[in-house]
Amino acid sequence: MSAIVETRGLTRDFKVREGLRRRTVRAVDELDLTIDAGESVGYIGANGAGKSTTIKMLVGILVPTSGSVTTCGRRPVEERRHLAREVGVVFGQRSQLWWDLPVQESFRLLAAIHGLPTAAADDRRDELVEQLEMGEFLTTPVRQLSLGQRMRAEVAAALLHSPRLVILDEPTIGLDVLSKQRLREFLIAERRERGTTLMLTTHDMGDVERLCDRILVVDRGRLVYDGTLPGLSRTVGAERILTVDVVAPISDLVGIAHTRHLGSEGDGLRQRLAFDAEHTTAAEVLAAVSDRVEIVDLTVQEPDIEDVVRKIYAARR
Amino acid sequence: MAETANVTRAAAPTRGWRSDAAAYRAVIRSRVDSQRSYTANFRIDLLSSVLIGLVELAEVWVLFHNVQRIGGLEFAQILLVFGLADLSFSMADLSFGHCDNLPTYVRQGTLDVFYLRPQPLLMQLITSDISLRRLARGTVGVVSITAALAMNDIDWGVRTVALLATSLVSGYAVFCAQFVSAGGLQFFLIDGAEMTNAYVYGGRYAATQPAAVWNRPLKLVFGFFFPMAFTAYLPVVTLLRLPGTSWMPGWLGWCAPIAAVWSWLFAAFAWRIGVRHYQGGGG
Repeated sequence: MSAIVETRGLTRDFKVREGLRRRTVRAVDELDLTIDAGESVGYIGANGAGKSTTIKMLVGILVPTSGSVTTCGRRPVEERRHLAREVGVVFGQRSQLWWDLPVQESFRLLAAIHGLPTAAADDRRDELVEQLEMGEFLTTPVRQLSLGQRMRAEVAAALLHSPRLVILDEPTIGLDVLSKQRLREFLIAERRERGTTLMLTTHDMGDVERLCDRILVVDRGRLVYDGTLPGLSRTVGAERILTVDVVAPISDLVGIAHTRHLGSEGDGLRQRLAFDAEHTTAAEVLAAVSDRVEIVDLTVQEPDIEDVVRKIYAARR
Repeated sequence: MAETANVTRAAAPTRGWRSDAAAYRAVIRSRVDSQRSYTANFRIDLLSSVLIGLVELAEVWVLFHNVQRIGGLEFAQILLVFGLADLSFSMADLSFGHCDNLPTYVRQGTLDVFYLRPQPLLMQLITSDISLRRLARGTVGVVSITAALAMNDIDWGVRTVALLATSLVSGYAVFCAQFVSAGGLQFFLIDGAEMTNAYVYGGRYAATQPAAVWNRPLKLVFGFFFPMAFTAYLPVVTLLRLPGTSWMPGWLGWCAPIAAVWSWLFAAFAWRIGVRHYQGGGG
């Protein structure tokens, strides 16, 4: 596999003014990063850890203070216009659609901007409309869309020119469960069918779990973790929590393999078990519980990404 | 970084200028359509911009109601200066006026979105919107020029037509460059839109004045550094074969194209350092 993103010693300083004095803040610090074509990478970290700054350097919006960066084999600042044809970016907070135009009109303009041949653009648009279920609001002006609808339209807008690399900055922020689900399924399918490389920043553990097979954690501009999700959980001991409601009061469910009993409520009608994804699965735990007692309801609580990041940070300081 | 360079080689490598031109056309057309869909608004806009033009014209007229000459020019002559400056400015405003929106685009993050598209930033900026009402504004200039040409004793011939055409084209280029340099400065002064507006619109105002009344520092600034005098006053002096003033001989009107080239060199430089500052994270 060839590298689609490669940074060496990538560093970015900002000068901030404090009263009369100027101070230099290092947003990205000697970052060495290699992402291969076809990978799906979660780029996570606290606010201000340097995620957006990294992305801006990857696409040529910001010039690095030092170090090198190559995206899709190109130097982003010098070859920005070529790169723009190969990368699609969704900034959760800033829109690339025309506020006062119907969604389909925005797509038509973007196709013209990317110089797509009409027939190919139409095919691609139809495909995206179908997969992201946008048919019902295609003629609605963008300003009247719900957040979920707008986000789907934003993703379609970024993917219209079939980029090799798709960068998503907080794509599911503020979305309801169903919209999140739809978006994730779409991205999984897109990657499977086209081999698109995905890079996303998120605060949502669900995004990371379902979409990413590799995780990068940044802290104060430095890479502090690079590996798989189970590995990350192992590093910090992040646990998932299974809550089961059972038919009749029972004693505490202790002794189930690879789980820890956290507590019971209502004379044992509701029991909470912690387990980590590395040693067992939710299904195994569930099966073991079902052997003992009949379950009527259950929820699985994911480890909070903020918690995971906080633990990594704490371990380093 | 290479933005300004990219502007000049619009026939860019990947897919060529045809595709770029098609992109700008599509965006501008959609902007025009969306304005036309609010007809009432559009009419009021048109009317108000014509009114503003008329008020500015009235200002000149009122002034000359009380004096015979200012800076050696009579009303009919200054009307020609006003008309030339106003028409060039209106056309520049129509095509490059959206450089004014830059601070808003920076604040809203729209500028970052421009970076994700395969066109030069400046071209995206100026085609991002178009105000048709500015077209109406040009009619005041056209009417003023027509009237002034009829009122003055013009020696019609190739020389006159060439001079008029040169001064209109050069004036347009100078004002466009003025918008672009102001845009470049706005990267540094995100909250300073007022200041850069003063610089652009102040320049326009200076362009409608007879430069003969200026003192030397003013001549230096608005005569040569920001060559406003070259957009209308100097060509009119040359056209009507009027005597020049100190530093500004009668033939200087022919040099308007040089002023245009100088303005664009300055604009390209200002834009380039502005973009570099933004990418340097100052934005």
